Amino acid sequence: MNWMVIKRVLASGGKNFARGGAVSAATVLIMTVTLAIIGSLIFLSALLTYTLTIISEKVDVSVYFVTTASEGDIFAVRDQLQKLPQVASVNYTSASDALAAFRTRHANDQLTLQALNELGGNPLDASLEIRAKNPSDYESIVSFLEASPALSVGGTSIVDRVNYAQNKDVIDRLTLAIKATREIGFAVVILFALASILIAFATVRLAIYTSKDEIAVMRLVGASNAYIQGPFIITGVITGIIAALLVLLLLWPATWYAGTKTADWFGGFNVATYYADNFANVFFILIGSGILLGAIASVFAIRKYLKI
Amino acid sequence: MIYFDKVTKRYDGNGPALEDITLSVAPKEFVSIVGHSGAGKTTLLKLLLAEERPTAGSVFFESIDVNDLPSSALHHYRRKIGMVFQDFRLIPNKTAYENIAFAMEAAGRSDDEIRSDVPYILELVNLGDKTKHFPDQLSGGEKQRIAIGRAIINQPDLIVADEPTGNLDPINTYEIVEILKKINQLGTTIIITTHNKGVVDAIGKRVVTIDRGRLVRDDADGKYIL
Repeated sequence: MNWMVIKRVLASGGKNFARGGAVSAATVLIMTVTLAIIGSLIFLSALLTYTLTIISEKVDVSVYFVTTASEGDIFAVRDQLQKLPQVASVNYTSASDALAAFRTRHANDQLTLQALNELGGNPLDASLEIRAKNPSDYESIVSFLEASPALSVGGTSIVDRVNYAQNKDVIDRLTLAIKATREIGFAVVILFALASILIAFATVRLAIYTSKDEIAVMRLVGASNAYIQGPFIITGVITGIIAALLVLLLLWPATWYAGTKTADWFGGFNVATYYADNFANVFFILIGSGILLGAIASVFAIRKYLKI
Repeated sequence: MIYFDKVTKRYDGNGPALEDITLSVAPKEFVSIVGHSGAGKTTLLKLLLAEERPTAGSVFFESIDVNDLPSSALHHYRRKIGMVFQDFRLIPNKTAYENIAFAMEAAGRSDDEIRSDVPYILELVNLGDKTKHFPDQLSGGEKQRIAIGRAIINQPDLIVADEPTGNLDPINTYEIVEILKKINQLGTTIIITTHNKGVVDAIGKRVVTIDRGRLVRDDADGKYIL
């Protein structure tokens, strides 16, 4: 196609859209709904990821060391753990920090504090709080710890206890729940995206159906298939872009309203902030989807009218 | 120029729409094809335009066997023929000017050619003042004149007009016939189908009569006889 033909196709596509009146408006409206659904799915997916990350962060495994373990031995264990690829972070809490935290926590509980004072010294253990990148990694981290020679000094284990066994049930259930939620969430996203794409396809098809006589005339006056198809694809692309811009515009008040109402409920996830921070991404996804949907739907819809 | 060689066309489950038609048309001829509704006139034109394929026989345009043309070459072939229909078949969302310009654009003509030729043709069909009108703002006669303008803009070798006056009043019918006669005088071959006696008699040229799919008369300076 040379420049002259491209120019004519672009101009003709633009005019078809502008003169389409109610048909153009209806197609834009349906495409807007489709892209709004795709846009909502972006937020839903982000919310899901955020929530699952927050929940995952609440899970950790603590290793408590015997009171006789030296800080040097504990740091050696910490350094080894930090080298593991599954480990996200390792926090050291010394025995005195643990005692201070205990006292703060029970500041209003005189009976407990009194009992602590009766004991004399510091009965609390130093500990390492290990956070894995993925909840399913805890098992392998604990296995590593159990097999590690750094945990024994002179043949005696410096580990008092690991709270994994107590937490195992919760961790396993959570791992399963996170996995299921991801999979179901993904399936729902795909399902909604497919349904909305089909609706957009049907609408573009209907819009082109109204032009089927026109297409027959174009063929009879000797227009090539590409020359007939071109303007319809451009009209589809314009429809997609306008619908995407409408959705991008409507998302500002919608996310602002939803953000103020739901941020607390979603554990701090504010859709308005997310939209502002990720505007470029959302912009390209929606504009890209609009262009692709409009163009592909037009190609498929017009194909049947171009046969002999 | 055009040669129908023992052409038969049958549609599924029906008798023949055309049977064993042999007919030739010479360059610069003006041929009227007459017959009752359903006689097979439109089918004959559809075969010539490669909109339909014959069940038996061949249709030649110059040296081309129309039915051997691959679908990718059809649009090139159709550019040699200007077409006029009873129902005008203008593109509704294009203005009078754009409808005529479309045929030139489709043929790959330059913007300069379009800018100089389209106004000339619009003047020729007496519609120089309605260039920006859309088809639904024009009368039947005006629409048909636009359709004729579109048919002749690329200076085709042949104009095919299927019942071009079928939807027009007597005055518009007369105007259309005069335009077609003028185009023929300038050297373009014209094939017209009609069942309007007045049109055939006004043209006063060769008349081919089709009845129930068969060619029954072919008169050089014929009148409308059925």
